[in-house]
Amino acid sequence: MNTTELFDHLSEKLKSQFGDDFIGGEIQYDFPVLIVEKKRIIDVLQFLKNTPELNFNFLTTLCGIHMPENKGAELAVMYQLHNMVENWRIRIKIFMEDGDTKVPSVTSIWPTANWMERQEYDFFGFKFVGHPDLRRILNMDEMNYFPMRKEYPLEDGSRDDKNDKMFGR
Amino acid sequence: MSTNNHLIKPEAEKEYNILNLGPTHPATHGIFQNILKMDGEIIMHADPTVGYIHRAFEKIAEHRPYNQITPLTDRLNYCSSPINNMGWHMTVEKLIGCEVPKRADYLRVIIMELSRIADHVICTTIIGQDTGATTGFLYFFQMREKIYEIFEEVCGARLTTNIGRVGGMERDFSEVAWAKLKIFMVEFPKFLKEFQSLIERNRIFMDRTIDCGPITGERALAYGFTGPNLRAAGIDYDVRVANPYSSYQDFDFSIPIGSNGDTYDRFMVRIQEMWESISIIKQAVDKMPKGEFHADVPEFYLPNKEDVYSKMEALIYHFKIVMGEMDVPKGEVYHSVEGGNGELGFYLISDGNRSPFRLHFRRPCFIYYQAYPEMITGGLLSDAILTMSSMNVIAGELDA
Repeated sequence: MNTTELFDHLSEKLKSQFGDDFIGGEIQYDFPVLIVEKKRIIDVLQFLKNTPELNFNFLTTLCGIHMPENKGAELAVMYQLHNMVENWRIRIKIFMEDGDTKVPSVTSIWPTANWMERQEYDFFGFKFVGHPDLRRILNMDEMNYFPMRKEYPLEDGSRDDKNDKMFGR
Repeated sequence: MSTNNHLIKPEAEKEYNILNLGPTHPATHGIFQNILKMDGEIIMHADPTVGYIHRAFEKIAEHRPYNQITPLTDRLNYCSSPINNMGWHMTVEKLIGCEVPKRADYLRVIIMELSRIADHVICTTIIGQDTGATTGFLYFFQMREKIYEIFEEVCGARLTTNIGRVGGMERDFSEVAWAKLKIFMVEFPKFLKEFQSLIERNRIFMDRTIDCGPITGERALAYGFTGPNLRAAGIDYDVRVANPYSSYQDFDFSIPIGSNGDTYDRFMVRIQEMWESISIIKQAVDKMPKGEFHADVPEFYLPNKEDVYSKMEALIYHFKIVMGEMDVPKGEVYHSVEGGNGELGFYLISDGNRSPFRLHFRRPCFIYYQAYPEMITGGLLSDAILTMSSMNVIAGELDA
Protein backbone atom coordinates (compact mmCIF):
# COMPACT_ATOMS: atom_id res chain seq x y z
CA MET A 1 0.00 0.00 0.00
CA ASN A 2 1.55 3.31 -0.97
CA THR A 3 1.14 6.57 0.92
CA THR A 4 -1.92 7.76 -1.00
CA GLU A 5 -3.73 4.44 -0.63
CA LEU A 6 -2.87 4.31 3.05
CA PHE A 7 -4.13 7.85 3.52
CA ASP A 8 -7.44 7.09 1.77
CA HIS A 9 -7.86 3.84 3.67
CA LEU A 10 -7.25 5.45 7.07
CA SER A 11 -9.40 8.47 6.30
CA GLU A 12 -12.27 6.16 5.45
CA LYS A 13 -11.77 4.09 8.60
CA LEU A 14 -11.56 7.09 10.89
CA LYS A 15 -14.50 8.79 9.18
CA SER A 16 -16.75 5.79 9.73
CA GLN A 17 -15.55 5.28 13.30
CA PHE A 18 -15.41 8.85 14.57
CA GLY A 19 -17.67 10.80 12.20
CA ASP A 20 -17.17 14.54 12.50
CA ASP A 21 -14.47 14.20 15.14
CA PHE A 22 -12.17 13.24 12.31
CA ILE A 23 -11.44 16.62 10.77
CA GLY A 24 -9.39 15.76 7.71
CA GLY A 25 -5.84 15.48 6.63
CA GLU A 26 -3.27 15.77 3.92
CA ILE A 27 -0.17 14.03 2.64
CA GLN A 28 3.09 15.65 3.62
CA TYR A 29 5.94 14.09 1.65
CA ASP A 30 5.87 10.37 2.55
CA PHE A 31 3.56 10.76 5.54
CA PRO A 32 -0.23 10.67 5.74
CA VAL A 33 -1.20 13.41 8.21
CA LEU A 34 -4.58 12.97 9.90
CA ILE A 35 -6.21 15.66 12.01
CA VAL A 36 -8.67 14.75 14.75
CA GLU A 37 -10.54 16.50 17.55
CA LYS A 38 -8.48 16.88 20.70
CA LYS A 39 -11.11 15.34 23.00
CA ARG A 40 -11.14 12.08 20.99
CA ILE A 41 -7.35 11.64 20.69
CA ILE A 42 -7.18 8.77 23.20
CA ASP A 43 -9.98 6.92 21.40
CA VAL A 44 -8.37 7.48 18.02
CA LEU A 45 -4.95 6.27 19.12
CA GLN A 46 -6.45 3.29 20.91
CA PHE A 47 -8.50 2.45 17.81
CA LEU A 48 -5.40 2.67 15.60
CA LYS A 49 -3.38 0.56 18.00
CA ASN A 50 -5.92 -2.12 18.85
CA THR A 51 -7.65 -2.72 15.51
CA PRO A 52 -5.83 -5.84 14.28
CA GLU A 53 -5.96 -4.76 10.67
CA LEU A 54 -4.30 -1.39 11.44
CA ASN A 55 -2.00 -2.44 14.29
CA PHE A 56 -0.16 0.84 14.88
CA ASN A 57 1.65 -0.56 17.89
CA PHE A 58 4.65 1.75 18.12
CA LEU A 59 4.70 5.39 19.15
CA THR A 60 7.71 6.80 17.33
CA THR A 61 7.59 10.29 18.75
CA LEU A 62 5.30 13.08 19.78
CA CYS A 63 5.95 16.79 19.87
CA GLY A 64 4.26 20.11 20.32
CA ILE A 65 4.07 22.98 17.85
CA HIS A 66 3.34 26.63 18.58
CA MET A 67 1.96 28.75 15.73
CA PRO A 68 1.05 32.22 17.04
CA GLU A 69 -0.10 33.28 13.54
CA ASN A 70 -2.68 30.52 13.33
CA LYS A 71 -5.46 32.27 15.25
CA GLY A 72 -7.88 30.00 17.07
CA ALA A 73 -5.57 26.99 16.85
CA GLU A 74 -2.26 28.30 18.08
CA LEU A 75 -1.03 25.07 19.58
CA ALA A 76 -0.76 21.60 18.14
CA VAL A 77 0.52 18.22 19.22
CA MET A 78 1.58 15.65 16.67
CA TYR A 79 1.86 11.91 17.31
CA GLN A 80 3.80 9.70 14.99
CA LEU A 81 2.73 6.06 14.88
CA HIS A 82 4.38 3.13 13.23
CA ASN A 83 3.01 -0.23 12.18
CA MET A 84 6.27 -2.15 12.14
CA VAL A 85 4.83 -5.25 10.48
CA GLU A 86 3.48 -3.50 7.39
CA ASN A 87 5.90 -0.59 7.76
CA TRP A 88 3.16 2.03 7.72
CA ARG A 89 3.93 5.36 9.27
CA ILE A 90 1.38 8.03 10.01
CA ARG A 91 1.15 11.32 11.81
CA ILE A 92 -1.87 12.32 13.89
CA LYS A 93 -2.38 15.95 14.80
CA ILE A 94 -4.58 17.77 17.25
CA PHE A 95 -5.04 21.52 17.40
CA MET A 96 -6.14 23.72 20.27
CA GLU A 97 -6.50 27.32 21.31
CA ASP A 98 -3.74 29.00 23.25
CA GLY A 99 -5.66 29.23 26.53
CA ASP A 100 -6.80 25.62 26.42
CA THR A 101 -3.63 23.59 26.93
CA LYS A 102 -5.17 20.51 28.53
CA VAL A 103 -4.38 17.44 26.46
CA PRO A 104 -5.34 13.86 27.35
CA SER A 105 -2.21 11.92 28.21
CA VAL A 106 -1.39 8.82 26.18
CA THR A 107 0.85 7.28 28.85
CA SER A 108 -1.86 4.67 29.51
CA ILE A 109 -1.45 3.40 25.94
CA TRP A 110 2.33 3.69 25.62
CA PRO A 111 4.58 4.07 28.70
CA THR A 112 7.14 5.68 26.41
CA ALA A 113 4.92 8.76 26.18
CA ASN A 114 5.83 9.57 29.78
CA TRP A 115 9.05 11.46 29.15
CA MET A 116 7.99 12.68 25.73
CA GLU A 117 4.98 14.40 27.30
CA ARG A 118 7.09 15.74 30.14
CA GLN A 119 9.42 17.26 27.56
CA GLU A 120 6.57 18.92 25.69
CA TYR A 121 5.14 20.21 28.97
CA ASP A 122 8.58 21.59 29.76
CA PHE A 123 8.87 23.27 26.35
CA PHE A 124 5.32 24.46 25.66
CA GLY A 125 3.30 24.10 28.86
CA PHE A 126 0.82 21.47 27.67
CA LYS A 127 -1.07 20.07 30.66
CA PHE A 128 -1.27 16.36 29.96
CA VAL A 129 -4.33 15.16 31.87
CA GLY A 130 -3.79 11.74 33.39
CA HIS A 131 0.01 11.89 33.27
CA PRO A 132 1.47 10.13 36.33
CA ASP A 133 4.30 12.56 36.96
CA LEU A 134 4.04 15.82 35.04
CA ARG A 135 7.17 17.75 35.98
CA ARG A 136 9.77 19.61 33.99
CA ILE A 137 12.40 17.27 32.64
CA LEU A 138 15.20 19.08 30.83
CA ASN A 139 14.94 22.58 32.27
CA MET A 140 15.23 23.44 35.93
CA ASP A 141 12.15 23.20 38.10
CA GLU A 142 12.26 26.89 39.05
CA MET A 143 11.90 28.07 35.45
CA ASN A 144 8.83 30.29 35.15
CA TYR A 145 8.22 30.25 31.41
CA PHE A 146 7.90 27.75 28.59
CA PRO A 147 10.94 28.39 26.40
CA MET A 148 9.88 26.82 23.10
CA ARG A 149 6.90 29.12 22.71
CA LYS A 150 7.54 31.63 19.98
CA GLU A 151 7.17 34.73 22.17
CA TYR A 152 10.30 33.84 24.15
CA PRO A 153 13.57 35.03 22.63
CA LEU A 154 16.51 32.70 22.18
CA GLU A 155 18.39 34.26 25.04
CA ASP A 156 16.87 35.03 28.38
CA GLY A 157 16.13 38.77 28.25
CA SER A 158 16.48 39.16 31.97
CA ARG A 159 20.18 38.35 32.05
CA ASP A 160 22.49 41.10 33.26
CA ASP A 161 25.74 39.14 33.37
CA LYS A 162 26.68 39.86 29.78
CA ASN A 163 28.24 43.07 28.58
CA ASP A 164 26.98 43.56 25.06
CA LYS A 165 28.62 46.93 24.47
CA MET A 166 31.51 45.49 22.45
CA PHE A 167 29.63 43.15 20.19
CA GLY A 168 26.47 45.08 19.47
CA ARG A 169 24.05 42.32 20.23
CA MET B 1 24.44 -18.56 59.95
CA SER B 2 21.38 -18.64 62.16
CA THR B 3 23.25 -16.62 64.81
CA ASN B 4 22.83 -13.49 62.71
CA ASN B 5 19.09 -13.81 62.28
CA HIS B 6 18.34 -11.28 65.00
CA LEU B 7 19.98 -8.62 62.79
CA ILE B 8 17.41 -8.94 60.00
CA LYS B 9 14.57 -6.62 60.82
CA PRO B 10 10.93 -7.47 60.14
CA GLU B 11 9.34 -5.80 57.12
CA ALA B 12 7.59 -3.03 59.06
CA GLU B 13 10.78 -1.84 60.81
CA LYS B 14 12.98 -1.94 57.73
CA GLU B 15 15.01 1.12 56.94
CA TYR B 16 16.19 1.84 53.44
CA ASN B 17 19.26 3.70 52.33
CA ILE B 18 19.04 6.52 49.83
CA LEU B 19 21.99 6.53 47.49
CA ASN B 20 22.77 9.32 45.06
CA LEU B 21 24.31 7.66 42.04
CA GLY B 22 25.63 10.68 40.22
CA PRO B 23 25.30 13.41 38.90
CA THR B 24 29.03 12.99 38.39
CA HIS B 25 29.95 9.48 39.26
CA PRO B 26 33.02 7.85 37.74
CA ALA B 27 31.04 4.73 36.88
CA THR B 28 28.28 6.43 34.90
CA HIS B 29 30.24 7.75 31.87
CA GLY B 30 28.43 11.06 31.70
CA ILE B 31 26.24 13.24 33.81
CA PHE B 32 23.34 11.13 34.99
CA GLN B 33 21.75 11.30 38.39
CA ASN B 34 19.83 8.40 39.84
CA ILE B 35 18.42 8.56 43.31
CA LEU B 36 18.29 4.95 44.44
CA LYS B 37 16.39 3.50 47.35
CA MET B 38 18.48 0.58 48.52
CA ASP B 39 17.79 -2.42 50.68
CA GLY B 40 21.37 -3.42 51.29
CA GLU B 41 22.74 -4.07 47.81
CA ILE B 42 19.30 -4.45 46.23
CA ILE B 43 17.71 -1.53 44.40
CA MET B 44 14.12 -1.03 45.53
CA HIS B 45 13.34 2.11 43.59
CA ALA B 46 15.16 4.38 41.17
CA ASP B 47 14.42 7.95 40.21
CA PRO B 48 16.47 9.30 37.31
CA THR B 49 17.03 13.01 36.78
CA VAL B 50 18.08 14.16 33.34
CA GLY B 51 18.82 17.48 31.71
CA TYR B 52 22.20 18.37 33.18
CA ILE B 53 23.63 19.24 29.79
CA HIS B 54 20.46 20.50 28.13
CA ARG B 55 21.48 23.05 25.50
CA ALA B 56 18.09 23.84 23.95
CA PHE B 57 19.03 22.67 20.45
CA GLU B 58 15.42 22.70 19.30
CA LYS B 59 15.16 26.39 20.22
CA ILE B 60 18.56 27.32 18.77
CA ALA B 61 17.67 25.53 15.53
CA GLU B 62 14.70 27.88 15.06
CA HIS B 63 17.18 30.73 14.80
CA ARG B 64 19.82 29.21 12.53
CA PRO B 65 19.92 28.79 8.76
CA TYR B 66 19.74 25.22 7.55
CA ASN B 67 23.42 24.59 7.00
CA GLN B 68 24.32 26.00 10.41
CA ILE B 69 22.21 23.36 12.16
CA THR B 70 24.62 20.56 11.21
CA PRO B 71 27.07 21.46 14.00
CA LEU B 72 24.21 21.20 16.50
CA THR B 73 23.48 17.65 15.38
CA ASP B 74 27.16 16.77 15.97
CA ARG B 75 26.57 17.26 19.63
CA LEU B 76 23.62 14.91 19.97
CA ASN B 77 25.23 11.47 20.01
CA TYR B 78 28.82 12.63 19.93
CA CYS B 79 30.12 9.08 19.67
CA SER B 80 28.75 8.78 16.14
CA SER B 81 28.24 12.36 15.01
CA PRO B 82 28.59 11.67 11.25
CA ILE B 83 25.35 9.66 11.34
CA ASN B 84 23.57 12.63 12.90
CA ASN B 85 25.06 14.98 10.29
CA MET B 86 23.97 12.76 7.42
CA GLY B 87 20.51 12.35 8.92
CA TRP B 88 20.10 16.10 9.00
CA HIS B 89 21.38 16.56 5.44
CA MET B 90 18.99 13.90 4.21
CA THR B 91 16.10 15.59 6.00
CA VAL B 92 16.81 18.87 4.21
CA GLU B 93 17.33 17.03 0.91
CA LYS B 94 13.94 15.41 1.35
CA LEU B 95 12.39 18.81 2.01
CA ILE B 96 13.92 20.47 -1.05
CA GLY B 97 13.51 17.37 -3.22
CA CYS B 98 17.18 16.93 -4.02
CA GLU B 99 18.40 13.73 -5.65
CA VAL B 100 21.87 12.75 -4.43
CA PRO B 101 24.23 10.96 -6.85
CA LYS B 102 25.10 7.33 -6.14
CA ARG B 103 28.72 8.07 -5.38
CA ALA B 104 27.76 10.50 -2.63
CA ASP B 105 25.37 7.90 -1.22
CA TYR B 106 28.10 5.28 -1.13
CA LEU B 107 30.63 7.64 0.42
CA ARG B 108 28.03 8.48 3.04
CA VAL B 109 27.40 4.81 3.72
CA ILE B 110 31.12 4.27 4.34
CA ILE B 111 31.25 7.21 6.73
CA MET B 112 28.08 6.16 8.54
CA GLU B 113 29.16 2.56 8.97
CA LEU B 114 32.58 3.67 10.21
CA SER B 115 30.93 5.82 12.83
CA ARG B 116 28.58 2.99 13.78
CA ILE B 117 31.68 0.89 14.40
CA ALA B 118 33.21 3.71 16.46
CA ASP B 119 30.02 3.95 18.51
CA HIS B 120 29.87 0.21 19.11
CA VAL B 121 33.59 0.06 19.92
CA ILE B 122 32.98 2.56 22.71
CA CYS B 123 29.94 0.73 24.02
CA THR B 124 31.34 -2.78 23.92
CA THR B 125 34.71 -1.87 25.42
CA ILE B 126 32.98 0.04 28.20
CA ILE B 127 30.82 -2.98 28.99
CA GLY B 128 34.10 -4.89 29.25
CA GLN B 129 35.60 -2.18 31.40
CA ASP B 130 32.65 -2.20 33.79
CA THR B 131 32.85 -5.96 34.19
CA GLY B 132 36.55 -5.65 34.98
CA ALA B 133 38.01 -6.52 31.59
CA THR B 134 40.22 -3.49 31.17
CA THR B 135 42.25 -5.01 28.35
CA GLY B 136 39.55 -4.43 25.76
CA PHE B 137 39.18 -0.81 26.70
CA LEU B 138 42.89 -0.15 26.42
CA TYR B 139 43.67 -2.36 23.44
CA PHE B 140 40.62 -2.47 21.19
CA PHE B 141 39.86 1.20 21.78
CA GLN B 142 42.74 2.23 19.53
CA MET B 143 40.58 1.18 16.59
CA ARG B 144 38.39 4.18 17.30
CA GLU B 145 41.47 6.34 16.88
CA LYS B 146 42.01 4.83 13.41
CA ILE B 147 38.42 5.65 12.47
CA TYR B 148 38.84 9.23 13.67
CA GLU B 149 41.98 9.51 11.56
CA ILE B 150 39.90 8.64 8.51
CA PHE B 151 37.29 11.24 9.47
CA GLU B 152 40.06 13.75 9.95
CA GLU B 153 41.32 13.01 6.46
CA VAL B 154 37.85 13.41 4.96
CA CYS B 155 36.54 16.47 6.81
CA GLY B 156 39.31 17.83 9.02
CA ALA B 157 37.62 17.12 12.33
CA ARG B 158 37.57 14.10 14.59
CA LEU B 159 34.78 14.08 17.14
CA THR B 160 32.30 16.79 16.17
CA THR B 161 32.73 16.27 12.49
CA ASN B 162 30.23 18.50 10.66
CA ILE B 163 30.82 16.13 7.77
CA GLY B 164 29.02 16.26 4.43
CA ARG B 165 26.82 19.00 3.06
CA VAL B 166 23.25 19.32 1.90
CA GLY B 167 23.45 17.66 -1.52
CA GLY B 168 26.35 15.29 -0.94
CA MET B 169 29.82 15.36 0.53
CA GLU B 170 31.89 18.52 0.84
CA ARG B 171 34.78 16.79 -0.95
CA ASP B 172 35.67 13.41 -2.33
CA PHE B 173 37.85 11.03 -0.32
CA SER B 174 41.51 11.85 -0.80
CA GLU B 175 44.13 9.25 -1.75
CA VAL B 176 45.31 9.23 1.87
CA ALA B 177 41.78 8.61 3.11
CA TRP B 178 41.37 5.64 0.78
CA ALA B 179 44.74 4.29 1.90
CA LYS B 180 43.85 4.68 5.57
CA LEU B 181 40.50 3.01 4.98
CA LYS B 182 42.25 0.14 3.23
CA ILE B 183 44.61 -0.40 6.14
CA PHE B 184 41.71 -0.15 8.58
CA MET B 185 39.73 -2.77 6.69
CA VAL B 186 42.64 -5.19 7.05
CA GLU B 187 43.47 -4.36 10.66
CA PHE B 188 40.06 -4.00 12.22
CA PRO B 189 38.69 -7.54 11.69
CA LYS B 190 41.79 -8.93 13.42
CA PHE B 191 41.32 -6.68 16.43
CA LEU B 192 37.58 -7.37 16.57
CA LYS B 193 38.13 -11.12 16.38
CA GLU B 194 40.68 -10.95 19.15
CA PHE B 195 38.45 -8.80 21.36
CA GLN B 196 35.48 -11.04 20.69
CA SER B 197 37.34 -14.23 21.57
CA LEU B 198 38.73 -12.55 24.68
CA ILE B 199 35.31 -11.66 26.05
CA GLU B 200 32.44 -13.51 24.45
CA ARG B 201 32.89 -16.95 26.06
CA ASN B 202 34.68 -15.68 29.14
CA ARG B 203 33.15 -17.38 32.17
CA ILE B 204 33.37 -14.30 34.40
CA PHE B 205 31.91 -12.06 31.74
CA MET B 206 29.04 -14.41 31.05
CA ASP B 207 28.19 -14.85 34.73
CA ARG B 208 28.26 -11.12 35.14
CA THR B 209 26.15 -10.10 32.13
CA ILE B 210 23.66 -12.87 31.42
CA ASP B 211 20.29 -11.96 32.98
CA CYS B 212 21.63 -8.58 33.98
CA GLY B 213 19.14 -5.78 33.29
CA PRO B 214 16.84 -7.79 31.01
CA ILE B 215 13.81 -6.43 29.16
CA THR B 216 11.27 -8.36 27.12
CA GLY B 217 10.53 -7.48 23.53
CA GLU B 218 7.01 -6.41 24.40
CA ARG B 219 8.12 -3.99 27.13
CA ALA B 220 10.91 -2.72 24.91
CA LEU B 221 8.37 -1.83 22.20
CA ALA B 222 6.08 -0.19 24.75
CA TYR B 223 9.01 1.89 25.94
CA GLY B 224 9.89 2.94 22.40
CA PHE B 225 13.22 1.12 22.21
CA THR B 226 14.95 1.13 18.84
CA GLY B 227 18.36 0.13 17.61
CA PRO B 228 20.63 -2.52 19.14
CA ASN B 229 18.74 -2.48 22.46
CA LEU B 230 15.46 -3.39 20.75
CA ARG B 231 17.15 -5.99 18.58
CA ALA B 232 18.76 -7.57 21.65
CA ALA B 233 15.22 -8.09 22.94
CA GLY B 234 14.42 -10.06 19.81
CA ILE B 235 12.69 -7.59 17.51
CA ASP B 236 14.30 -7.15 14.12
CA TYR B 237 13.56 -3.52 13.44
CA ASP B 238 16.28 -1.59 11.65
CA VAL B 239 15.63 1.69 9.85
CA ARG B 240 18.25 0.78 7.23
CA VAL B 241 16.04 -2.10 6.13
CA ALA B 242 12.55 -0.81 6.94
CA ASN B 243 13.00 2.57 5.24
CA PRO B 244 16.22 2.39 3.24
CA TYR B 245 17.99 5.71 2.83
CA SER B 246 21.25 6.60 1.14
CA SER B 247 21.14 3.48 -1.10
CA TYR B 248 21.20 0.96 1.77
CA GLN B 249 18.99 -1.23 -0.41
CA ASP B 250 22.04 -1.89 -2.62
CA PHE B 251 23.90 -3.72 0.13
CA ASP B 252 23.54 -7.21 1.41
CA PHE B 253 23.61 -7.45 5.18
CA SER B 254 21.75 -9.16 7.98
CA ILE B 255 20.32 -7.82 11.21
CA PRO B 256 21.64 -9.64 14.28
CA ILE B 257 19.07 -10.12 17.02
CA GLY B 258 19.21 -11.40 20.57
CA SER B 259 16.62 -13.28 22.58
CA ASN B 260 16.74 -12.26 26.25
CA GLY B 261 17.31 -8.52 26.00
CA ASP B 262 19.92 -8.65 28.74
CA THR B 263 23.35 -7.06 28.88
CA TYR B 264 25.02 -10.04 27.22
CA ASP B 265 22.62 -9.88 24.26
CA ARG B 266 23.10 -6.15 23.90
CA PHE B 267 26.85 -6.73 23.87
CA MET B 268 26.66 -9.54 21.33
CA VAL B 269 24.28 -7.67 19.02
CA ARG B 270 26.73 -4.78 18.89
CA ILE B 271 29.66 -7.10 18.21
CA GLN B 272 27.77 -8.75 15.34
CA GLU B 273 26.70 -5.38 13.97
CA MET B 274 30.33 -4.40 13.69
CA TRP B 275 30.92 -7.46 11.47
CA GLU B 276 27.92 -6.44 9.35
CA SER B 277 29.22 -2.87 9.12
CA ILE B 278 32.58 -4.17 7.93
CA SER B 279 30.84 -6.16 5.24
CA ILE B 280 28.78 -3.14 4.16
CA ILE B 281 31.90 -0.98 3.90
CA LYS B 282 33.61 -3.70 1.83
CA GLN B 283 30.66 -3.84 -0.56
CA ALA B 284 30.55 -0.05 -0.80
CA VAL B 285 34.26 0.18 -1.59
CA ASP B 286 34.00 -2.59 -4.20
CA LYS B 287 30.93 -1.18 -5.89
CA MET B 288 31.95 2.48 -5.59
CA PRO B 289 30.40 4.23 -8.61
CA LYS B 290 32.24 6.87 -10.58
CA GLY B 291 30.84 10.33 -10.89
CA GLU B 292 30.04 13.39 -8.87
CA PHE B 293 30.20 13.40 -5.10
CA HIS B 294 27.48 15.99 -4.72
CA ALA B 295 24.19 16.89 -6.33
CA ASP B 296 23.72 19.86 -8.61
CA VAL B 297 21.94 22.13 -6.14
CA PRO B 298 23.73 25.48 -6.46
CA GLU B 299 21.31 27.14 -4.04
CA PHE B 300 22.50 24.91 -1.22
CA TYR B 301 25.92 23.57 -2.14
CA LEU B 302 28.86 25.96 -1.82
CA PRO B 303 30.52 26.56 -5.22
CA ASN B 304 34.22 26.09 -5.90
CA LYS B 305 36.39 28.90 -4.66
CA GLU B 306 37.82 29.57 -8.16
CA ASP B 307 34.31 29.92 -9.52
CA VAL B 308 33.41 32.38 -6.76
CA TYR B 309 36.25 34.62 -7.90
CA SER B 310 35.49 34.34 -11.61
CA LYS B 311 31.76 33.72 -12.10
CA MET B 312 28.90 36.00 -11.14
CA GLU B 313 26.36 33.26 -10.32
CA ALA B 314 28.82 31.39 -8.15
CA LEU B 315 29.56 34.58 -6.22
CA ILE B 316 25.85 35.21 -5.67
CA TYR B 317 25.20 31.67 -4.50
CA HIS B 318 28.27 31.71 -2.27
CA PHE B 319 27.07 34.91 -0.64
CA LYS B 320 23.51 33.66 -0.20
CA ILE B 321 24.58 30.33 1.29
CA VAL B 322 27.05 31.89 3.70
CA MET B 323 24.49 34.46 4.80
CA GLY B 324 21.89 31.71 5.12
CA GLU B 325 19.47 33.17 2.57
CA MET B 326 18.24 30.07 0.77
CA ASP B 327 14.78 29.47 -0.67
CA VAL B 328 13.22 26.40 0.88
CA PRO B 329 9.73 25.11 0.15
CA LYS B 330 7.02 25.09 2.77
CA GLY B 331 6.12 21.75 4.25
CA GLU B 332 6.78 19.33 7.02
CA VAL B 333 9.03 16.35 6.70
CA TYR B 334 10.20 13.52 8.91
CA HIS B 335 13.31 11.57 8.15
CA SER B 336 14.99 8.98 10.28
CA VAL B 337 18.30 7.19 10.16
CA GLU B 338 19.62 4.24 12.10
CA GLY B 339 21.92 5.92 14.57
CA GLY B 340 24.35 4.16 16.85
CA ASN B 341 21.58 3.83 19.45
CA GLY B 342 18.48 3.52 17.33
CA GLU B 343 16.10 5.49 15.21
CA LEU B 344 17.31 9.06 15.10
CA GLY B 345 14.50 11.12 13.62
CA PHE B 346 14.28 14.71 12.45
CA TYR B 347 10.83 16.28 12.30
CA LEU B 348 11.14 19.54 10.43
CA ILE B 349 8.47 22.13 9.72
CA SER B 350 9.47 24.77 7.21
CA ASP B 351 7.46 27.92 6.63
CA GLY B 352 9.71 28.98 3.77
CA ASN B 353 11.93 31.20 5.89
CA ARG B 354 15.68 31.03 6.33
CA SER B 355 15.48 28.85 9.46
CA PRO B 356 13.14 25.99 10.41
CA PHE B 357 9.81 26.89 11.94
CA ARG B 358 10.07 23.89 14.21
CA LEU B 359 12.66 21.17 14.45
CA HIS B 360 12.14 18.21 16.70
CA PHE B 361 14.75 15.54 17.25
CA ARG B 362 13.59 12.02 18.00
CA ARG B 363 16.48 11.04 20.22
CA PRO B 364 16.62 7.29 20.86
CA CYS B 365 18.55 7.64 24.15
CA PHE B 366 16.02 10.01 25.65
CA ILE B 367 13.20 7.67 24.78
CA TYR B 368 14.65 4.39 26.01
CA TYR B 369 16.41 5.72 29.11
CA GLN B 370 13.04 6.02 30.83
CA ALA B 371 12.91 2.22 31.00
CA TYR B 372 16.07 2.24 33.10
CA PRO B 373 14.35 2.28 36.55
CA GLU B 374 12.22 -0.68 35.55
CA MET B 375 15.25 -2.58 34.30
CA ILE B 376 17.36 -2.14 37.43
CA THR B 377 14.71 -2.41 40.16
CA GLY B 378 15.21 -5.61 42.10
CA GLY B 379 18.77 -6.02 40.91
CA LEU B 380 22.15 -5.27 42.42
CA LEU B 381 23.79 -1.89 42.34
CA SER B 382 26.72 -3.23 40.35
CA ASP B 383 24.27 -4.57 37.76
CA ALA B 384 22.71 -1.12 37.45
CA ILE B 385 26.06 0.32 36.37
CA LEU B 386 26.47 -2.43 33.81
CA THR B 387 22.92 -2.02 32.52
CA MET B 388 23.50 1.66 31.92
CA SER B 389 26.70 1.15 29.99
CA SER B 390 25.16 -1.64 27.92
CA MET B 391 22.21 0.58 26.99
CA ASN B 392 24.78 3.05 25.67
CA VAL B 393 23.12 6.13 27.12
CA ILE B 394 24.93 9.15 25.71
CA ALA B 395 24.42 12.34 27.72
CA GLY B 396 24.46 14.62 24.69
CA GLU B 397 21.67 12.77 22.98
CA LEU B 398 19.71 12.32 26.19
CA ASP B 399 19.58 16.01 27.01
CA ALA B 400 19.88 17.63 23.57
